Amino acid sequence: METAVFIVCAAIVLAGALGVVLARNPVHAALSLVGTLFGMAVLFLNLEAHFLAAVQIIVYAGAIVVLFLFVIMLLGVDRLEDLSVEPITGQRALAAIVGLGTFGLAVAFLLSGDIGLRSVGILKLDIAGTGQYSNLRQIADVLFTDYVYAFEATAALLTISVVGAVVMSRRMARSDEAQETAEDD
Amino acid sequence: MVTASWYLILAAALFTIGAVGLLVRRNPLIMFMCVELMLNAVNLTFITFGRELNDIGGQVSVFFVLVVAAAEVVVGLAIVVAINRRRPQATADDLSALRG
Repeated sequence: METAVFIVCAAIVLAGALGVVLARNPVHAALSLVGTLFGMAVLFLNLEAHFLAAVQIIVYAGAIVVLFLFVIMLLGVDRLEDLSVEPITGQRALAAIVGLGTFGLAVAFLLSGDIGLRSVGILKLDIAGTGQYSNLRQIADVLFTDYVYAFEATAALLTISVVGAVVMSRRMARSDEAQETAEDD
Repeated sequence: MVTASWYLILAAALFTIGAVGLLVRRNPLIMFMCVELMLNAVNLTFITFGRELNDIGGQVSVFFVLVVAAAEVVVGLAIVVAINRRRPQATADDLSALRG
């Protein structure tokens, strides 16, 4: 069962990722991204990370992709892009080489780490949480004790980023704009 | 039986697709989406290793990555909106002239 779920979800994830990279229309890219994120959430369930699977759907597929779509619509960039021209000569060949290198190195490192773990013999226990110690409770236990300062810092980070976004995307009042033009000169 | 290696290879493939997309595409919005793909690949790695090591810290790290990714997208899209107001249809190539 786990194998079947993995194969289907891996196919969805990779197809969605290719869709993001190859789509000519930004809206189609955003919708492919939803597919990838959804497949990823199911993989998280497969890996017994129940809380993060829910968060993945709510935050990523729900909020972030909608934000992308909203900006695409707001800017009106939802038109087809011509992908046949290469902006920089040889860029795609170089990108392919870099991609192959990245893939090879990542697989080598990850698998060597995995094999290392196996040889040490720490393997396959239960963090899914059964009974009273659910997955969510285990995360909360760690989050509000060991990582509580980091947690507080993320609160500050989110506040700052929201304020920053509002300031940056604010339309200048007319007098400000005139002033700024004067300053530019 | 699916072992951890399969998840790790999938994560590597996803990361590679994201990286190549980031290098190849010139639309800033698509480039952001490619960054999201790469972050997701890393999240999958975290959770896989967290399960292997029986350490909930892997999942907590993913939680923080999610928060930072959300903040990054908010600020990044605000920058895209601000730039598009000045220069409609700007691509990443046009932004080499970015200055105060």
